[in-house]
This record gives sequence, C-alpha cells and structure tokens, in this order.
Amino acid sequence: MPNMQPYQNPTYFLILGVALLPIMIGMLFGKKLHWYQTLISFAFLLLTFGGPKWEQGIALICYIVFEVCLIGIYHAYRQKKNATWIFYLAVILAIIPLVIVKITPALEHGRASFIGFLGISYLTFKVVQIIMEIRDGIIKEFKPWLVLQFLLFFPTISSGPIDRYRRFVKDYNKSVVREKYLELLDKGVWYIFLGFLYKFILAYYFGSRLEPVVSRLAVSHGGISWWLVAYMYVYSMDLFFDFAGYSLFAVGVSYIMGIETPMNFNRPFKAHNIKDFWNRWHMTLSFWFRDYIYMRLVFFIMKNKLIKSRITIANVGYFTLFLIMGFWHGLTWYYIVYGLFHACAIILCDAWLRFKKKHQAHIPSNKFTEALAIFVTFNTVCFSFLIFSGFLNVLFFHGTN
Amino acid sequence: MKDQVIEILENLTGSDEVGKDLDVNLFESGLLDSMGTVQLLLELQSQCGIDVPVSEFERSEWDTPNKIIAKVENMQ
Repeated sequence: MPNMQPYQNPTYFLILGVALLPIMIGMLFGKKLHWYQTLISFAFLLLTFGGPKWEQGIALICYIVFEVCLIGIYHAYRQKKNATWIFYLAVILAIIPLVIVKITPALEHGRASFIGFLGISYLTFKVVQIIMEIRDGIIKEFKPWLVLQFLLFFPTISSGPIDRYRRFVKDYNKSVVREKYLELLDKGVWYIFLGFLYKFILAYYFGSRLEPVVSRLAVSHGGISWWLVAYMYVYSMDLFFDFAGYSLFAVGVSYIMGIETPMNFNRPFKAHNIKDFWNRWHMTLSFWFRDYIYMRLVFFIMKNKLIKSRITIANVGYFTLFLIMGFWHGLTWYYIVYGLFHACAIILCDAWLRFKKKHQAHIPSNKFTEALAIFVTFNTVCFSFLIFSGFLNVLFFHGTN
Repeated sequence: MKDQVIEILENLTGSDEVGKDLDVNLFESGLLDSMGTVQLLLELQSQCGIDVPVSEFERSEWDTPNKIIAKVENMQ
C-alpha cells in the first residue's frame, strides 16, 4: 500500500485536488456531502498512517479510542458532579500518552515510543481543550461522531492549526450559501498557491540550498563566527516559510471543505515586541497556551489570592507557559532554554511597556523608533530560533540535532 | 450597570480613554491584555455577580467597552 505524508509532493496535491472536486461541486449546489467528506478523510488518513507506517496507524486508533472514551466518561460524570480532582485526573489521563511519547526518546537514546504517531501533540491539545470546556459547562453535549470529526479532520491532523471544538462544529453543521462558499473557495485556492511559494520555493531555497552550506562553514570555522550568524537567519527563514507554507495548505484545504480553520501566522517578523510576536507566530498554539494555561493559572492564583503583586502573577504565568511549551517541543536542553529565553524576553517586554506607559511624554515615538523596535524584535526572535534549532548543540557539544 | 463596567475598565486600564471612546479596541490599543482580562472577569464576578468562565471569553466578542457592556447586560 502506498504511503504519503501530508502536503509533501505534487502527487499528494494531485490526489487531493481530485478528491476535493465532488466536495466543491456539492458545495456550489448548496449541498454538504458529509458522508463523502468522511470517506475521503478516512482515505487520506489511510494514506498517511497506512502501508509502511501501519504501526503509527494502530497507535492512532488506540489513542483515539482511549481519548474519546475519556471525554465521554468525563462528560457523563460532569452532568452529575463537578469535583476538581476528577477534572485534574481527566486532564492528566488525557496528556499521559503525549508525555510518554515525549519522554521515551530521552530515556531510550532517541528511540521513538511505539505509542507515538504523527500529530499526537496536536490531537492532545484538542482533547484537553474539550475536557476543559466540559468542566466549564460550555460544551454541554457529548457527540462522539462530531468529536471524531473534529479530532480526525485530516487537513490539520499532522501539525495543526489547532482549531476549537465549538468553532469547528458550527462550521461543520452550517448550511452552505453559494456566495459565501465562492469566497471561501477563492481564499482557499489562494492560500494553497501562496503555500506553494512558501514551502516549495522559499523554504526549499533556504532549507535545502543555503542551510547545508552555511552550517558546514559554521562548523568548520567552529565557535562563534559570522557563519553562525548567517546560519541563524537562514534557519529562521526556513522555519518560517516551511511551517507557514504548511499551515497555508492546511487552512486552504479546510476552506475548500467549508471549515474556516484559523490562521497560524500573521506577518510575525513585523512584530513590534515579543508580546506582539506571539500574537502573530504559530497563533493557534500561542492562543491555546494563553487561553488554557496562562489565563486559567492567573485566574486561579488571583481568585485564591495566592500572590498579591500583579506583576509577579504575570511573570509566574509566563514562566509556567513557556516552560511547558519548551518541554512540549521535546526533552532537550535547547528546547527548554528556548522556552526560558522567551519567558525572560516577554517579562522584560512587559517591564518596558510599563516603563513606557509611565514616561510616555519623554519617550519619542516615530518612524525610526518603530523600525528599531521591529529590528530588535526580529533579531531577538531569530536568536531564539538559533537556540531552538539545536545547532549550538552540534557546534559546542558535538551532539546531533 | 454601564457606568459600573466603565469604572471597572478605567481602573483596570489606568486610563480614562475607555470612558471617552466606547468603541476603542481594548486589545489592539494595548489597554487590556490576558492579565487584565482575568482581572476584568474577576471584577465582573464580584461587583456585578456574573460568572464568565475563562473558556467563554472569546476575544473578538469582548474587545470594546460597548461590547462588554452589552455582554454584561445580556448575562444579568
């Protein structure tokens, strides 16, 4: 059986285009072919998780059965009672498979866990979100079929963007209006073509052409060199265009299927400060962390009056958020340092914003200061990506990245 | 109720801009952030007696004083 990873090559897009055709025609005639959508979702999941990757396919099935049962049981419980410890237990159970998958390589010399599969992180984000909203009483009904559709929505399964359950269900059940769909189709196709430019031209150029050259030169020069600086920029560009390109494909295909999956990037390198950057970079992830970790933690601390100072609460929140994000990327020193670096950067940024507010009258604000802010932010971000890349591990500790 | 919400917002943002322009975008203008949002939810809970869980808070539905006032009036 053939195996294809999502959005990797022209053949995938060709098959995708043909498979989406009936959906498009149906939509233009005001019909949503849900059964057909399910059918091709299944086919594409089989294409990604079947054949030589069948072990991942089995892992995916087991994971889904486990999580959907967990959601169902917690929902049934929540209808009658609402103990806090049961809620924590449900969240812990939901993330245990992901934790195992993340810890295994660190313990077993890089060997991947057999319960892992492509996209497990993103599915876990979706599951935790559902459990938290059931706890809040916002998700009132448990509909296994819709939960499955949401979790296994194939355009976004491997790497997001991370949609929200209630938003997804609204789109899924919405009846089609031709004018509105034409607009979506228009945008969807445009995003896919922009994605081609990003992923297959720009990311290819930076990642497959420039990166090997600058990394070789940086290694042969050793230590801190201008080649290392060059590597930092090249890697940052590759990271952005590769991931933004991928996200554009996922959003574009979702649009064609009538689902308005949220955007992941909004010109991140135009950010004026680190806070602004996180509102523009991998947005569905940073908003997930904001809404389900940071705000909940801050709410908990304030409500129980655990810490008095507003500034300390915010900083505790930032450290928690970015440490978890670091660990989520993987158990290596550079991912964790990357998280800590961003926590420090955002705390500094907050302090600066407070200072600026106080001394507004004396701090100039013009085109030049704006350009300077963008320049400083861009370089701070690129430096954080250099940490993230693991290249320093290769350079200074002769590790592998 | 309207005045009460405006007062809460003025205290939170430390600026009287909110009272002057009821359609100012609180997040884009930097007047409110996640931290301020949580404080807002807690104030609404203690002063107006309305309970908004964090996950109910969809930024685009709460981003101006007018929208917040409408939400609060709706929930009472």
